[in-house]
Order: sequence, then structure tokens, then C-alpha cells
Amino acid sequence: MGGVTSPAPVEIERTESAEEVFAVPEPDVPWVTIVHNDPVNLMSYVTYVFQTYFGYSKDKATKLMLDVHHKGRAVVSSGSREEMERDVQAMHGYGLWATLQQDRK
Amino acid sequence: MPGTFEPLPGGGAAVALDDVEISIIRSLAVQLLELIGPGPGPAGQEPADPLAELFADGPSEPPSDPVLRRLFPDAYNDPEQPPASPAQADERQEYSAEFRRYTENDLRAGKRQNALAVIRSLDALAPIEVGGAVLELTPEESRGWLGALNDLRLAIGSRLEITDEDDTDLLYRLPDDDPRKPMVMAYLWLGGLQETLVSTLMP
Repeated sequence: MGGVTSPAPVEIERTESAEEVFAVPEPDVPWVTIVHNDPVNLMSYVTYVFQTYFGYSKDKATKLMLDVHHKGRAVVSSGSREEMERDVQAMHGYGLWATLQQDRK
Repeated sequence: MPGTFEPLPGGGAAVALDDVEISIIRSLAVQLLELIGPGPGPAGQEPADPLAELFADGPSEPPSDPVLRRLFPDAYNDPEQPPASPAQADERQEYSAEFRRYTENDLRAGKRQNALAVIRSLDALAPIEVGGAVLELTPEESRGWLGALNDLRLAIGSRLEITDEDDTDLLYRLPDDDPRKPMVMAYLWLGGLQETLVSTLMP
């Protein structure tokens, strides 16, 4: 690619295993946004919000909505604390019950 | 069909409403506006000064009204995972308070805007037949209505103390003389409106 400067890759590989348990919050552990079930929000509306705000496919949005409905909660996004605060604020704007936490599982 | 949004060709949605339905939605939206309050801080306590509002911090304590607590929940308090220690409880409370200070005014403003949009579009309705009108919404207006309908249902659901799926089932079987019946009818009817409106907006 002569003359074109390609941008440096910004993706950072995360290699932590799912079994790993952190006793103390580590700064590089991602945060997650969790949406909780409530009996008022319509299933169609929750799916609509996941598609509209996160840009998820209909299949993914529906699966997450069903997780919220049947399991009582679903992790809908992960990233930095600031990003998750943005997502939680957006969810509250839509009327969904969301919280954020560091993903220690 | 009454109480049902239909998609409009080229985008947007329409619903036929009679005068009673129009006045019910309008009155609920006004109540929601009053509950959310005018400026920063709780309803009616501070004059609405746009400049002060821009720079004001939001509250750090959760609202005392259960409806407002549902509309503006604690961001760091997982309802299913109680804090493991007093220190963790303090930390969650501190983070939730900070989040509230930076977000609650904006969240309240957004919800106010949706409720106001509902009131404005109802007030702009031109009656085309006796006793009713057809409300037509652009996609943009539909999104505002969708948010307001959801907030209204959350508010009514909270007042009716609907906390799990069984409560909703019970509501369908309330006797006609139950004092909650009119509110339940409104709740179910708004649910139908929201359900059909969201289907016109599905990506």
C-alpha cells in the first residue's frame, strides 16, 4: 500500500480465562452492563432497544431479551467503566433496569 | 382498529383515538411531567433556570418516590447480588451517588421531552370526525411516544405494585368493583398501544 499509512491496530487481545477469580478488582478487568428483568417492559420493546441502541442483530437482541426474561438478567455489553456508564445511562433513558459491575466471574 | 398503531406508508405510524382516550393519555403525560419535575432537583423546588440547569449537579440520593426510583435506579446496585461486605455496600452507594449526580438531570430532561412531545402532538390534533381524531406520527415522533408510553407504563406498574409476572396475571382477573380496575385498564390499553407502535419501528 504505497503512500498510504495504515492505522495501527487498536484491538487489545484479552486472554483471561472464564474460570479466573479475582480477589481484588484489577484495572484491566472489563466492566459489564447487566439488564435485569421486570414484568412491565414488553419483550418486543426490550428487543427493539437492544437492536436500536447496541446495533445488535434481531437474533442476538432476541436471545438477550429471552435471557433477561427467563434468567432474570443478561450481560448486554462489556468494555471500560466509562463506556458501561454510558450504556447504563442509555438503558435508564429507555426505561430498562440496568446496572454495571466489574466482570469478576 | 381502536387502540392500535398502524404503520404509515413511507414511515411513521397512525392511530385513531377518541376524545376520552386523548384526554386519558394527556392527563397521564401531565402527571408524569409533574412527577419528573421542572428543573434540576425534585419537582417544584427550584425555579427553572436554563443556565443553572446546564451546570447544576444532579442529586446524589435516590428519589423517595417508588416510581422515580424505578425510572432512575441505582447504577451500581445489582438487585440480585447483595453487597458481600459493608465496605462493598458503601462503595456501591458511593458510585451510584456519583453516577446519579452526573446523569439524573439529563435523564429527567429526556423523559420530560418525551412526555412534552406527547402532549404537544395531542394538542395539535385536528378533529376530523365527531368525538375523535387520527394521530399521525413521524418516525422521530414515534420514538418519543414509545419512550413516553414506556415511562407511563413503568409509572402505573410501580403504583400498582407490579413486581413479578404473577402480579400481571392477577390484574387480568380483578373484579370490576376493585378500585385499581380503571388504572389496570389504562395500563393494559397503553401496553397495546406500545406493542403496536414498537412493531412499526422494528429495524
